[in-house]
Amino acid sequence: MLAMDYRGPYRVRLSEKPMPKILHPRDAIVRVTRSCICGSDLHLYHGMVPDTRVGMTFGHEFCGIVEEVGPEVENLKAGDHVLVPFNIACGQCHFCKQGLFGNCHESNAQATAVGGIYGYSHTAGGYDGGQAEYVRVPYADVGPTLIPDWMDPDDAVLLTDVVPTGYQAAEMGGIQKGDTVVVFGAGPVGLMAARAAWLFGAGRVIVFDHIDYRLEFARTFGPAEVYNFKEVDDVVVFLKKTTDGLGVDVAIDAVGGDAKGNFLQTLFGTKLKLEAGNAIALHWAINSVKKGGIVSVVGVYGPTGNMVPMGNVVNKGITIRANQASVKRLLPRLIEHVRAGHINPKAMITHKVPLADVADAYHIFAAKLDGCIKPVLVPNGG
Amino acid sequence: MTLPVKTESPSLVDTSTIPGWGVDADPRNDPTYPMRDQTQDHGLTRHWDRPPIQHPDVEILQSIEHIRQPAVVGTSTPPSGLSGVLRRTAFRWSESNWIHWLMLMGADRINVVEGVVADLAHARLPNIPGEMGIRSELAYNKRGFTKKVAVVAGVSLAISLLARGRRARKREDGTQG
Repeated sequence: MLAMDYRGPYRVRLSEKPMPKILHPRDAIVRVTRSCICGSDLHLYHGMVPDTRVGMTFGHEFCGIVEEVGPEVENLKAGDHVLVPFNIACGQCHFCKQGLFGNCHESNAQATAVGGIYGYSHTAGGYDGGQAEYVRVPYADVGPTLIPDWMDPDDAVLLTDVVPTGYQAAEMGGIQKGDTVVVFGAGPVGLMAARAAWLFGAGRVIVFDHIDYRLEFARTFGPAEVYNFKEVDDVVVFLKKTTDGLGVDVAIDAVGGDAKGNFLQTLFGTKLKLEAGNAIALHWAINSVKKGGIVSVVGVYGPTGNMVPMGNVVNKGITIRANQASVKRLLPRLIEHVRAGHINPKAMITHKVPLADVADAYHIFAAKLDGCIKPVLVPNGG
Repeated sequence: MTLPVKTESPSLVDTSTIPGWGVDADPRNDPTYPMRDQTQDHGLTRHWDRPPIQHPDVEILQSIEHIRQPAVVGTSTPPSGLSGVLRRTAFRWSESNWIHWLMLMGADRINVVEGVVADLAHARLPNIPGEMGIRSELAYNKRGFTKKVAVVAGVSLAISLLARGRRARKREDGTQG
């Protein structure tokens, strides 16, 4: 079968690889029909995530058709159309039982801090991902969810990560009616966090980024007030001034370690890799939220450490909430929201690219060319 | 709701001996809800019914913070070559140790060279510009591409002129000496 093949930082290609096999009684093999490139795939693409091995196939946002199931999978059968949450979760460990499907303890040998994630380095379990014609899906009786007949597969594929991650960012913000919410990052997750903030009753939603076309998109998709941080002297002062000097109620970091802005963070985090990425978005979030406010983090950082103003977290009494989205927990509600027209995920898709052109798709997304918001890879016959 | 004790220890303190134990417990004072649902009694202990255990036929490196192999493991790209040696060494340290991650990052860089060597060994010349998406760069960012080429050409020219000047000076010094 054909699959994306990581060759090193900034280098990917399409290669012929062996067909995946059932390796566990609760596995399934899924023929991929849609597979997105996620903003967090760019952390891998840029060589920022430790233990990203040459030859691995990325891709944790995909949907497709079940080809084969293991002997213990009773709720799926060949031919079912499924969307597959990016978390690999057993559904029965200490964490899964509490709804923490992003923190499963039975799916990642290489690290305990994160559960298994498809195609996301060996630090997230060493599973090949869905940017391929076929993919092995462990614990297929837990994660994969039947796509309702009425749902567009373009909406379905975005329910595997982007939509739940953005939604959970707003949920973790504990937004109360009328709250002012700032979202750092106008990528797909930030866009969805801004949209979801309204669902939780926000009174005002502000989005910061430095890419003008994305800000324009956020202005209507959110809808949100949008600002380019390069055109603002000091982001924190700006946010304080626009909130009567108090700060925002909720700040959401939807950027993570691939942030731009701030010379020192770029030098230590991005260039020298002495930090787990550039943490300027988190820094701004902590400093711009009001005393007693909540900072919600869904941006992805590496496993080492980052320079953030911890003293201010204490002095301001800030609550920081963060996690990988628990997709399975959120799916029933999100499917309702799509059906009701509260959210329109597929509006974010700007590029549909054949899997064969995976190298170009990565470059377009990473370099933010051609107005790219969200690229979707379509394997042949998808 | 009474939550069971979640871990076991030989020196576990009997909570009934602590005056006031739990009098201020308030399930609503839980900033993790609904992300972490503790409102139901899930019988949370360190034990749970484990899924069947996968027996991988490739080498799986395991964090020393795990007390046992997770039931399911990924089998992509097992460690190999010099990068594999480094990765195996890195797993002697825990996830909380910086050296663990630095060694893995180092292994990743070595692995890139190994990838090129493996390509050449299979008589395949890697199309590095193609792998970096040059087609899309030319299609959507001609100006940026031209700028990058000009900068690289300029820097290369400057370096070669500098090197040539240094060689000429050395030759002159040699003749005079």
